[in-house]
Amino acid sequence: MSEYIEHDSTGVSVGMVEKQTFTFAEPPDALELESGASMGPITVAYETYGSLNASGTNAILICHALTGDSHVAGYYSEADTKPGWWDNMVGPGKGIDTDRHFVICSNILGSCMGTTGPCYINPETLEPYGLDFPVVTIGDMVKTQRALLDYLGIRRLLSVIGGSVGGMQALEWAMRYPEMVESVIPLATTTKHSALAIAFNEVARQAIMADPHWAGGNYYGGETPKLGLALARMIGHITYLSDESMRQKFGRNLQDKTDFSFNFDADFQVESYLRYQGAKFVERFDANSFLYITKAADYFDLEKQYGDGSAVKAFSRAESRFMVISFTSDWLYPTYQSRSMVQAMKKSGLDVSFCEIEAEWGHDAFLLPSTRLTTLIRSFLERIFDEI
Amino acid sequence: MRYRSVEVETSAMRFDLRIIASWITPGARVLGLGCGEGELLYHLKKYKGVTCTGIDQNEEMIAVCIQKGLTVLQGDINEEVLDYPEDAFDYVVLSQTLQQIYDPSGLIASMLRVGKKVVVSFPNFSHWRVRAQVLLTGHAPVTPELPYQWHDTPNIRVITLKDFRRYGRQVGFEILKEADIHLDAGGVEGKVIRFWPELFAKHGIFLIGKPVAPE
Repeated sequence: MSEYIEHDSTGVSVGMVEKQTFTFAEPPDALELESGASMGPITVAYETYGSLNASGTNAILICHALTGDSHVAGYYSEADTKPGWWDNMVGPGKGIDTDRHFVICSNILGSCMGTTGPCYINPETLEPYGLDFPVVTIGDMVKTQRALLDYLGIRRLLSVIGGSVGGMQALEWAMRYPEMVESVIPLATTTKHSALAIAFNEVARQAIMADPHWAGGNYYGGETPKLGLALARMIGHITYLSDESMRQKFGRNLQDKTDFSFNFDADFQVESYLRYQGAKFVERFDANSFLYITKAADYFDLEKQYGDGSAVKAFSRAESRFMVISFTSDWLYPTYQSRSMVQAMKKSGLDVSFCEIEAEWGHDAFLLPSTRLTTLIRSFLERIFDEI
Repeated sequence: MRYRSVEVETSAMRFDLRIIASWITPGARVLGLGCGEGELLYHLKKYKGVTCTGIDQNEEMIAVCIQKGLTVLQGDINEEVLDYPEDAFDYVVLSQTLQQIYDPSGLIASMLRVGKKVVVSFPNFSHWRVRAQVLLTGHAPVTPELPYQWHDTPNIRVITLKDFRRYGRQVGFEILKEADIHLDAGGVEGKVIRFWPELFAKHGIFLIGKPVAPE
């Protein structure tokens, strides 16, 4: 996902928030991973907003996408220039209303925003994990989130909400812990990556691994693979936009010049934009985390894992109510993928709503302020809360 | 704690929808095809404890339905209905839409497959005003119920009460109930037409059951 983080135009915010941590899976109780490996201890960075009601029925888990973090909404300090990544959706009176709901978001396993990942110290070697970090899956991320909820004393979730790779986690929740999940809102997501999506991820990974500074993943403390990671981000960024949004945003406009420079500087605005996005990204993200999380997304195959290849069989284990949402111009996870998941849900007798939102902003549309999306999420959550 | 940002007024539900609602047993499972703003489904859910799903093509309508707390799917009714297993619903409702369907036979067959009973309503094309317009003016009829010109109408099927009954005999489905009605302007009020409905009813509403296999 891209970064569009701006102050909410309404000025309403959940206010000051704090990143917290929780550690579990201390050996010998290490977490068993889907790969067969096990690891521990695991530290989870998380944030919560609002308060849990007495009956514990108002908890909502938000799952972040590839490069997100636990900082969904609000500010860390008065001096903070930007709020959390979904501040337009999460806060008092917003789509996910922190006056009514207890909202939790944790950084995913393998990331670099506070939860254990390849850039943190391996307690066995006292060096950063690097590629000694085991390959993790969407399921492993969800198991980690479950451990956090157990720690917080949350037994049921009113809803699990996520877009993109966050949507995969939300779907995984409905499969893995069906009894805990009242409802799921998968946004701009899929039950399995298409060859196209895997292809883009692979090219992005190759860009990182081709950077000599990557050094087999063992670059901590030295020069980092900035060029490779920036290129990976540029590739990813193209898939988050759309033909239409790029035409509108950049067209063939030139950057700070009136004619071609006849060299390989950034002539076009779109070139300059991608270079800027790439350069900005390397300041905050770890290249190895990018490899691990994209691999987890590529491996995700709900039908294979839970239905022997049948989506209908997979969804028959779910007990949640669903609201699936896609966006017209999303070509990374196109509407047909949401429709096929909805079709399987219908066939397995689930209560599912589906809406395809007209949006020109491509895959990133789920992050942008949208009255339609806000209304859908708010209304759906009200309904589920009414019905439980 | 109960809250809802949209409180929906249903006392003014359209007369034809009130008739349909009266035919549906409490607690039933209902599929509404072309459900629009979900007026009928909301009523059924709220007052009759019905489990309902709506399908509509239009994003705006889907959003309105979700605001009312309904389960709805955005999509083509002809396609979406195919996904459900046999008898997944007690009733499948197609209200005031049959005249816009490209393949009515296919859709009715699908509805009778996924529903135990089917409700279909449509404007009666043999109403006297329709007949009179064709006869006296020589133009394709334009009426409050069918307000479009021939070239811009979504209503591509010309159906009369007699035609629908005859179609039932041909296909073999059973007509369990029929209400031929007059709707006042606005549609909220209306009355059942018992005298010469083929001529005086503006709409027909039919409750039909599955074709009975020949002995």
